[in-house]
Amino acid sequence: MAQTKARFISLEEGFFAAFLVALAFACLIIAGKTYDQVMAFHTGIGALAAAVSVFVIFKSYFDSDGMPIPQEIDGKPNYNMGPVKFGAVAAMFWGIAGFTVGLIIASQLAFPALNFDLPWTNFGRMRPLHTSAVIFAFGGNVLLATSMYVVQRTSRARMPGKVLPWFVIIGYNVFIVIAGTGYLLGVTESKEYAEPEWYADLWLTIVWVAYLFLFLGTIWKRKEPHIYVANWFYLAFIVTIAMLHLVNNATVPVSVFGTKSYIVWSGVQDAMVQWWYGHNAVGFFLTAGFLAIMYYFVPKRADRPVYSYRLSIVHFWALIFIYIWAGPHHLHYTALPQWASTLGATFSIILWMPSWGGMINGLMTLSGAWDKLRTDPVLRMMVVSVAFYGMSTFEGPLMSIRSVNSLSHYTDWTIGHVHSGALGWVGYISFGALYCLIPWLWNKRGLYSLKLVDWHFWLSTIGIVLYICSMWVSGIMQGLMWRAYDQLGFLEYSFIETVEAMHPFYIIRALGGALFVTGALIMAYNLWMTVRHGEAEEAEATAAGSLAAAE
Amino acid sequence: MSVWAKHQILEKNSIILLLGILLMVAIGGLVEIAPLFYLKSTIEKTEGMRPYTPLELAGRNIYIREGCYLCHSQMIRPMRDELERYGHFSLAAESMYDHPFQWGSKRTGPDLARVGGKYSDAWHVGHLTDPRSVVPASIMPGYPFLKETKLNTRDIAAHLKTNKIIGVPYTEDQIGEAAKDILAQANPDTDAADAFLERYPSATVRDFDGNPNEVTEMDALVAYLQMLGTLVDFSIYDDKANLR
Repeated sequence: MAQTKARFISLEEGFFAAFLVALAFACLIIAGKTYDQVMAFHTGIGALAAAVSVFVIFKSYFDSDGMPIPQEIDGKPNYNMGPVKFGAVAAMFWGIAGFTVGLIIASQLAFPALNFDLPWTNFGRMRPLHTSAVIFAFGGNVLLATSMYVVQRTSRARMPGKVLPWFVIIGYNVFIVIAGTGYLLGVTESKEYAEPEWYADLWLTIVWVAYLFLFLGTIWKRKEPHIYVANWFYLAFIVTIAMLHLVNNATVPVSVFGTKSYIVWSGVQDAMVQWWYGHNAVGFFLTAGFLAIMYYFVPKRADRPVYSYRLSIVHFWALIFIYIWAGPHHLHYTALPQWASTLGATFSIILWMPSWGGMINGLMTLSGAWDKLRTDPVLRMMVVSVAFYGMSTFEGPLMSIRSVNSLSHYTDWTIGHVHSGALGWVGYISFGALYCLIPWLWNKRGLYSLKLVDWHFWLSTIGIVLYICSMWVSGIMQGLMWRAYDQLGFLEYSFIETVEAMHPFYIIRALGGALFVTGALIMAYNLWMTVRHGEAEEAEATAAGSLAAAE
Repeated sequence: MSVWAKHQILEKNSIILLLGILLMVAIGGLVEIAPLFYLKSTIEKTEGMRPYTPLELAGRNIYIREGCYLCHSQMIRPMRDELERYGHFSLAAESMYDHPFQWGSKRTGPDLARVGGKYSDAWHVGHLTDPRSVVPASIMPGYPFLKETKLNTRDIAAHLKTNKIIGVPYTEDQIGEAAKDILAQANPDTDAADAFLERYPSATVRDFDGNPNEVTEMDALVAYLQMLGTLVDFSIYDDKANLR
């Protein structure tokens, strides 16, 4: 559009303004009529956020004199990096918050006095805060920020809309605030990794649909004929999470003026739906989305093409088809029919192959650039992350085998397994992506200090090793103690004796967590100094050819 | 055209790619979830199962609110040590009225599927108030605020009604009298308690928290804990009925 005259407010701005005004009024009405204090608090947040957003929409319209945003400047796409910056900063903030809460609850298990016997600080309310903060707040913001960056760069087009990208990133973070404060105030559906209540779920659905359209809209504007492989993974993540979210949160609220709702599924069916969701939150949120990050950031940083285009096709389709079956391995020996949990375990073992396909494609991308691991700690972090991915996707199928599961289930082994994936794979690939992204976004030549990245890498690696080793020992030990018999044929240990035996390992685990938090604090300082004092880059580098696949 | 070349159709068309993804991720869930709604072993009815009383339901909601399920499972597996430690393995029917299920995934503390009747009410009150007063090595948080918090009974009838919408067979009478029943179950030797027992013949009426002056959250939670796993009488349960 070569329009130079001031324009009337756009359809998009008008739509969002009207929607947010309506939302603010709806929130105010509910806040006024409810007896539920948490509902009043949350609708208050909603009304305030919506009202401020409407103000900002109009302010930015008047400030810009109604001029449309150019799609290109000097023949180069005018990328919209504001929301990406917001997401990157939010990710760092929520990451440190989430890791710290993890350290607190790990310490509570070693020293129960730290629960303080208050409702808001007990383990049961803090644990969902920890899991949601690291998965959805930290991981989610990393995924949102990187996907917005990657889809723009690989499509060579600006994200559509003026309000839409901001609506997605801020709307998502409002969801985080509502979910997190809700847990502390005792509002939960008790569905693991899907604890937020019905109104938060509803809001997330709206934000998620907007996200899907934002992502697709950018792809539709692309100037490349092909959709880059990272974007397949992002798309699979967005679409599948939408499906899982809707089915697993099918609840009927007691009243629109209250926080409580009841899920339509019950008992066995609810358990199956929950773990179909739960395992694929791992499969699609924590795997597919972060594989997309691997497929963009590893080749960029190593300056090498992706190892194999054909392998990426095969492992993409195999991964998304097979992952969805794996859920019922969480329900071995339960009231779920055995055929279902065996089917889940079978697919979990098959899943090993596409998982390692992804690992091989990531690692082999470094062919001819392995020497960079010595000099570039950021690349080293990402490569170690892919190695952790390989390790935990081997351990997972192992633990899904019925006889292994009979020992590992209900113990700390599961917790250790989750953290080798979460800290090692998801954490490190995210750290690597943020270390790349922050200098790019703020046009800096490089990071403030690679030495500090080194410190971050080694401190957190030692932390992860302490964490997973202590959980292996405590998990396997507790599993064996539960089933131990004495010479006369009686159970050898009472339950509380097995709890006492865990104490030293809970301390080692907390120590590992403390090292991981320390590493993240060093990272935050490093990124802060990069933005504030980093050396400015002269001209923006063009999207390199390294993203073309090798064939 | 080779297979690899055909894949370009997906790579060049976002909608076809999106539909392909949807198709791939829909299959597994459909195959595993749909049969559970008609297979006999997952929808069987067992003698003794009844919906929760209003007080038990309120207690269950406190159990959920405090995140008890994060450290306590309610699913006994059919292994020798679990049967000896916790009792008969859990049946599908025993969680048929559970919206949501509370099977859990971690045993930082012991399984609670059959904790009902194993300890006295006073033990539970003491344990929930200060776990280390009765189990010195316990790492459970204390919940002293439960016995000081009056139970919120305002919208209990709406809770029962919502459960009825999603398939829990509460009667009109049970919904209509829910506000009285929730107090009556913790107030023994009253007319209201007798009326309550007519609606829920297998429930027990007791002053669960040992404080006769008011009905607290502790009453509700202990009432829930004390009924867990007690509904099915395994001395008459036919464990062959479900074999095929």
